[in-house]
Amino acid sequence: MTLAQLKKGEKAVVEDLNTDLVPLKLIEMGCLPGNSIELLQLAPFKDPLFLNINGAQVAIRKETAEHIQVKIIVA
Amino acid sequence: MNRRIKVALIGNPNTGKSSVFNLLTGLQQKTGNYPGITVEKKEGYCRLNKGVSATIFDLPGTYSLNASSLDENIVIELLMNRKHVDFPDVAVIVADIENIKRNLLLFTQIKDLGIPSILVVNMSDRMRRKGISLDVEKMEEELNTKIVLTSTLKKEGIQTLKNEIANYSQLEHSPCLNFRSIDPDYFTSLQKTFPKQSIYKLWLVITQDVNFANIDRNTIQSTDGDHTRSVSFLKRLQQRETIKRYQFINEVLKKCLQINREQATDFQSRLDRILTHRFWGYMIFFVVLFTIFQAIYDWSSYPMDAIDSAFVSMSEWAKTNLPSWFVPKLIAEGIIPGLGGVAIFIPQIAILFVFISILEETGYMSRVVFLMDRVLRRFGLSGKSVVPLISGTACAIPAIMATRNIENWKERLITILVTPFTTCSARLPVYLILIALVIPDTRFLGANMQGLVLMGLYLLGFGMALAAAYVLQLVLKLPHKTAFVVEMPNYRIPILRNVGITVYNKTKSFVLEAGKIILAISVLLWVLASNGPNSSFGQAEAIVVVDQELTEAELEQKISAYKLEKSYLGEIGKFIEPAIAPLGYDWKIGIAIVSSFAAREVFVGTLATIYNVGTDEEDTIKNRMADELHPDGKPVFTLASGMSLMIFYAFAMQCMSTLAIVRKETNSWKWPTIQLIVMTLVAYLAAFATFQVL
Repeated sequence: MTLAQLKKGEKAVVEDLNTDLVPLKLIEMGCLPGNSIELLQLAPFKDPLFLNINGAQVAIRKETAEHIQVKIIVA
Repeated sequence: MNRRIKVALIGNPNTGKSSVFNLLTGLQQKTGNYPGITVEKKEGYCRLNKGVSATIFDLPGTYSLNASSLDENIVIELLMNRKHVDFPDVAVIVADIENIKRNLLLFTQIKDLGIPSILVVNMSDRMRRKGISLDVEKMEEELNTKIVLTSTLKKEGIQTLKNEIANYSQLEHSPCLNFRSIDPDYFTSLQKTFPKQSIYKLWLVITQDVNFANIDRNTIQSTDGDHTRSVSFLKRLQQRETIKRYQFINEVLKKCLQINREQATDFQSRLDRILTHRFWGYMIFFVVLFTIFQAIYDWSSYPMDAIDSAFVSMSEWAKTNLPSWFVPKLIAEGIIPGLGGVAIFIPQIAILFVFISILEETGYMSRVVFLMDRVLRRFGLSGKSVVPLISGTACAIPAIMATRNIENWKERLITILVTPFTTCSARLPVYLILIALVIPDTRFLGANMQGLVLMGLYLLGFGMALAAAYVLQLVLKLPHKTAFVVEMPNYRIPILRNVGITVYNKTKSFVLEAGKIILAISVLLWVLASNGPNSSFGQAEAIVVVDQELTEAELEQKISAYKLEKSYLGEIGKFIEPAIAPLGYDWKIGIAIVSSFAAREVFVGTLATIYNVGTDEEDTIKNRMADELHPDGKPVFTLASGMSLMIFYAFAMQCMSTLAIVRKETNSWKWPTIQLIVMTLVAYLAAFATFQVL
């Protein structure tokens, strides 16, 4: 599943991401395969997403989240 | 012997880098621009110890040397160029303890450039509370560097930092990362082609399109090794580089950092649950905005009145006590009222910057970006446009500069183009004086009617900005690529010293920049108003006296009015009167509009100069305006003409400095020209409609 499908409060692990479409800045913030990711808050229309990526709190748009594959660990 | 060394202060945003800068340099700072571009350049001076002092450059906050915005470009271009006048002898990288892992990424990059580097771990006062312990000696060993723990809140560690900076020559500069481990073939071949160069610098030349030591991307491209392959190949390597760096950092931190997760930051997440809530978040934001605008209106009125009357009495004093020849008259009637026109803004600008810097210091501004992104995207803007749109209420110039961190060019361009519609502080005096004249001081549903009209004008400005953005989004055909990544920093209590320094610096630069223009125009206006093209100007006394039987005071006023009408300024106003009559303005207002093309705030100053020329009355501008009559005896300032003027000022592009900054930021005359024409047209039509309807 993609990061965009995650529900509020769920925790997941990054499995894979499309380096062509995900900004390098996000990767440098710690969005790398194997790192944990938690959806903290969603703005109306589920966009943007407020995430905790490996300890860093970051907001990204849904269109970016769609290119990041994740696996849920805590529902 | 006194030695001066150069120090670059580098760090992620929100690490307290500016606080470290403020503590090192105190008020010995100056802000300017990097040549050719409008990125703000901050440098300060600091005495390190006996005989050694330092110039400290506070570089724009950046997460990485891989730049994604103009601000970040500055950092890499400076650090790559050994011949740059500001090239640092030593780099100080500021990291905050809570995000140490991410902060170290930048540290490893800087160190790989071969620049002597000191690591500052800031906010050390939070360590115990957060259950964090750090083995500094071990970490210095692992990273091959000097580490200084600081607490900018408690002002700790600054002297140690100064000593370490002074001893910079003893720093090791071995790199952190072995590039061959990322892709052996690629990097070995790259090194073979340029055996004398640092491999990391070559890699940055390829990925960042910067150049150093006469090598640029084309030089590398023209070699055999196929080193500038496809973008997506390079990006994959960059990702691998990042993974390698994190592996290195994790290894280091495993040995020297311990975190007790029990003491989690529950308060922070609870705050976020409310402040970014899909309903309460917006309500709170609205209340915050409402409070800010009420405060600007309420708090600033007392100091503004005081400044106003101080300048009026100063001018009066000068008129009575100085000899009556050209220069003293210019001072009394041109320069003092002109300076008053600048000084009167200081309270409002200062109050607005207090609020804006508090919103940024606390971390709340990022939450607003998160809340507003989706809404603003409908209009072709970005959540990050919130900051320019809000700072635009102070001044469009810093606001347009603040668009630099919007990575998407289309969203950035639209933000630049619509920001001048927001109600900047220069419009405020125009509004304030007109509202006081034409809107009754009554209560409407318990709220102050004048305050409501003012808020309405602010909302009108925002509304127009959004409407214009919507149209531009449909019209502009530009490639669109998202790169929206916004850090949500932890909430912090703002450090008053930082707020104070920001407010001081911003206000000072406004007063100096705008002050120069206003002063120059006031002088010019005074000269134009005191001289006339025809001989009838000089014979005003004779002409007026002949046909009237008046008291002394009335006669005096008649003479000065006649003089103004026959002056150069009067001629200009008369010339454009036919064009502005349908909007409800007379030729005197016409003069004010023409002169305030340079800067809106000149409007009030111009009226002050126009009405002040030749009169001795001790009176404020407002009372003079209220008494102003058309030739047929009707008052000039009515609800219709007053509203029409306010609408005109709400939409018109009356600011040369803004046009200049748009030209710089978009690097073309095309956009400022379009902006000027369209905005003036909209303003004229809207003012016309307002006057005709009311």
